[in-house]
Parts: sequence; structure tokens; C-alpha cells
Amino acid sequence: MDAVLDFIVNILSTPAILVGLLSLLGLVLQKKPVEDVVSGTIKTIVGFLVLSAGAAFLQSGSLLAFGEVFNYAFNMQGVVPNNEAVVSMALSDFGQASAVIMCLGMVLNIVLARFSRLPYIFLTGHHTLYMACMLAVVFSIGGLTGWPLYIAGACVLGLIMAVSPALCQFTFKKVTKTDSIALGHFGGIGYFIAGLCGKPFKGSKSTEDINFPKRLVFLRDTVVSISITMMIFFVIVTGVAVGRGILSADPSQFSNLNELLNVGTETHTNWLVWALTSGMSFAGGVYIILSGVRLVVGEIVPAFKGIATKLVPGAIPAIDCPVAFPYAPNAVIIGFLVSFVGGIVGLAILGVINAAIVPVALILPGVVPHFFCGATAGVFGNAEGGLKGCMLGAFVHGLLITFLPAICMPVFTQLGFTSATFSDFDFSILGICFGNLANIIPGWPILVVTVACFLAPIVYALVAPKKPAGGETAN
Amino acid sequence: MAINKIMCACGSGLGSSLMVQMNIDDVLTELGVSGVQVEHSTISDVQPGAADLFVIGRDLEAFVNGIPDEQKVVLVNIVDKDELRGKLKEKFDAQ
Repeated sequence: MDAVLDFIVNILSTPAILVGLLSLLGLVLQKKPVEDVVSGTIKTIVGFLVLSAGAAFLQSGSLLAFGEVFNYAFNMQGVVPNNEAVVSMALSDFGQASAVIMCLGMVLNIVLARFSRLPYIFLTGHHTLYMACMLAVVFSIGGLTGWPLYIAGACVLGLIMAVSPALCQFTFKKVTKTDSIALGHFGGIGYFIAGLCGKPFKGSKSTEDINFPKRLVFLRDTVVSISITMMIFFVIVTGVAVGRGILSADPSQFSNLNELLNVGTETHTNWLVWALTSGMSFAGGVYIILSGVRLVVGEIVPAFKGIATKLVPGAIPAIDCPVAFPYAPNAVIIGFLVSFVGGIVGLAILGVINAAIVPVALILPGVVPHFFCGATAGVFGNAEGGLKGCMLGAFVHGLLITFLPAICMPVFTQLGFTSATFSDFDFSILGICFGNLANIIPGWPILVVTVACFLAPIVYALVAPKKPAGGETAN
Repeated sequence: MAINKIMCACGSGLGSSLMVQMNIDDVLTELGVSGVQVEHSTISDVQPGAADLFVIGRDLEAFVNGIPDEQKVVLVNIVDKDELRGKLKEKFDAQ
């Protein structure tokens, strides 16, 4: 009997199998034929294992080495904002909790969409997974484990899955000219702010009325854009480290630089070649992780959508950010560029703060967050205030996605995540809020707070008088 | 050429391409087409031979230049099912 129990407990504590069961449940509820159920479940489990493999490659191939070289070169902590990198690391310790929180969070999203005035169903599955993972990390800082951890995480996840699209909808419906779709991307609060930044320029000339070269669109390919940025970072950082004599330093003080320092290798590696291949290794690691995530969410999201639309009349699907791009292709490119400039200015400011006031982590400008989030912020700014709105919105957004991760960093450093962090807006905001709250009121008080936050919109919908027809919720 | 495999693609191959994939699944059911494999991936994976038909948003048109016209569907609005239905029907009628 004990052997059976041990087996069951083991199954439920193996993250890969747990997400497999989640997708099994989704497929069965959709009454799929047996062969689809089998292949879908297996693909989800394999996806999770691929994700772990990518994480290992990313860390051993480049991320850990980057941290060491950066530290040697600048005597500071340099942080790459990349969701995939940090999630893949966190999943090895928080996989089980992340899987349970993701499942419960999607259920609570449906509950909220059904019973509050936020009818949004969040369909960007990879962000749901990343957010579940982040919340698992944050609430375990507050000393929660087991069910209290799952419930606290799921409450916040379910809440943000409805609130983030709701905030975006004020501006997003001006972008799409319809209220039947919403934006589901955890940069949502940032886009809302970009929209506000555009408001003062109402009526200014639209980005789409000017001629703008579209050649930068090749950066939409994440493999290309990550490779280019990481190669540049690696070359600069390794160059400075070489200038400061890292090649003749004692190799025993490093644990991940054997290849650069030619320790125990038969061939001699030039530092420049090492920097370039390490940069591309990073992209390779992210590519593997993305393939894994694709297999995991590819089965779960359609099931979630099918169930949610059955249970919630008038549900509005909230979709990943590239859905906004075709509406304003110029704003996409301008938003990216300006956001990136904001990221560089932000980095410079962090450098000054680090040197003159307090030690902070330096958040490097990643092309991926600036492209996807910066471009969306640009589209939002443009919808409210044309070209000027687009530029101001994207710049403010670029600054914020540099400062917020820096503020959020101490929360993650507590748990040993030092060289990578979440890049997008909502992750940082929630990480800061609940991470610090978890430090101040650990244990059951934080659980009560999260449940109260989750119930607030439902209570509001029950208590507050309905607005006249047509004016309901964010419509 | 018979269409046995359709690939939808977007920047990181996670979000919007999956939305398009779900819409294609629905549309194929409506059109009474069965036995077609529908996948989603990144634009890096859009290579001749990787699928019989590629579906992407207009903003990524530059990435499918190497694909012949009869093997690609470029959507103006990636969430518009009517546009998708029309363009897919055209491809399936032509095969």
C-alpha cells in the first residue's frame, strides 16, 4: 500500500507529469478522441523535459559565464532581462508549485470572468506559465508551502489574467476599433501607462502618416535578435574583462570560464570567438526553451479556451501582443527604437545610482522585451496621441522596464537568481508588490491578502450598482 | 499540390501563431476538411518544405519571401476568422 501511495505522491510531485495531467484533463473535457489525448499528453510532458534541457544548456553554455565575466569586468551584478532564462532556472525548484498554480489560476480566471465585470480570458499560455512560476517563487519567500502557496499564487494569477487585459482595453479598443478581442500580455500595465502618456497629444499626427523604413522587422525573429544583443554584450563585457587581465587571472576563482581561460581544453580559444559563440549559445538555449514551452502550452491553451468560452457567456479572448502590430506597423518600429533608447538611458541612470548612491543591479537592455513590449507600448501611445504619444509612451515604457526589474531584483536575489530576471512590466510590478509584502507579512496574512484581492472584483460586481446598458465594465 | 500540413508562424512561435492555429482548426472543421496537420512555430522555422502551406500576419510578410505564393496565406488581421476562411478556402479549392 505504501508503495502505491509513494508512487502517486511521486507522480504528483513530478512537474513534467503534472503538466501532462493538466493537458490530459483538458483534452478529456473537450471529448477528444483517444489518440489525440495520448499524443497531446505525451507532447506536453516531453515539452516540459525539453524546457529543462534548454535551461541546463542556457546556464552552462553562457548565462553563468556571463555573470562571472561581468562581475570581473565591472565589479557589479549585470542582469539579462529574459523571461525564458529565469523561468527555466526557477522551474527546477518550483516546477510542481508552478504547475499547480497555473492550473488553479486558469480556473480562477474563468471564475472571475464569469462573476465579475472583467470578462477577459487570458490566452497567452506561456505568460500564464511564467507568471505562475514567478508567483511560486515570490510566495515561497513569504514562507508559504503546499496548498496555501498554491492558493495565494492562483488568486493573484487569476486576478492579473483578468485585470491586465482590462487595463489595456481602454486604449486597445481604440487600436482595434472593436471590443470583441483584448490584449493578453503581461506587459499590460506598462501599455496602459504608455496609453496615458499619449493622451496629452490627442489629435497629433499618426505614426502611420509618415514614411518609415521597415527593414528592422528582421528583429522580430527572436533567435536573430537575441543572438545579436547577446553577442554585443558578450564582446563588450569580455573585452573589458580581458583588458583588466582576466586571461591571466587565477582560473580557480571562476567555476564557469574553463573554455575562455583554456583550462582543461585541448584547443586554444580566442576570447573574441568565445564571446561570439557564447552570445549565440544564449540564443540557442532560449530557442530550446521556447520549443519546450510551445509543446507545453500548445495543448493546454486550446483546452482552456474551449472550456472558458462554454462557461462564460460574452467572454472576451485576450491575445498575445503581436496581435496589435498589423494595426500600426510604423508605431511598432518607432516604439521599439524609442523603448530601446529608454532602456539605454535607464541603464546609464542605474550605473550612476550604483556608483554614487546605493548598489543596484544593472539591467541590460534586452532586444526581445524592448521589441515586443516597446512596440506594443508604441502602438498604444500612437492610438492615443499619434507620433508624439508613441515616442513618449515607448520611452517611458523603456525606462520603466529597466528600473522596475532593478527594484525587483533583491526579491529574486534572496533565492539565488542573480544573472537573469523577468523582463516584462507586470512581472516586475507584481514581484515588487507581493515580494516585499511577503517579506513584511509572511505566512497566513499574505494568503488572506491575496484571497481578498481576488474576491474584490467579484464583491464589487455584486454590490455596486450596474451602469446603464452598454456602459458595463470596461466597455 | 495536396495540402497535408499547415504551419502558422509568429515571432517567438508561442502566442499569436497558436491563436491562428486554433482558428484554422475551427475553419477546417467548418469547411469539412479533415486529416490536415496544423502546427505553429517561429518564423525561423518557415522554410520551403517544412509545410505545404504557411499562414502568417501581414507584418511578417518579409519572412515568407522565399515561399511561392500558392503555398502561403498572409493575413491582414490575424484574428479575423472570415478573412482566414476566405483565404484558406481559396487554397483548398485550388488544390
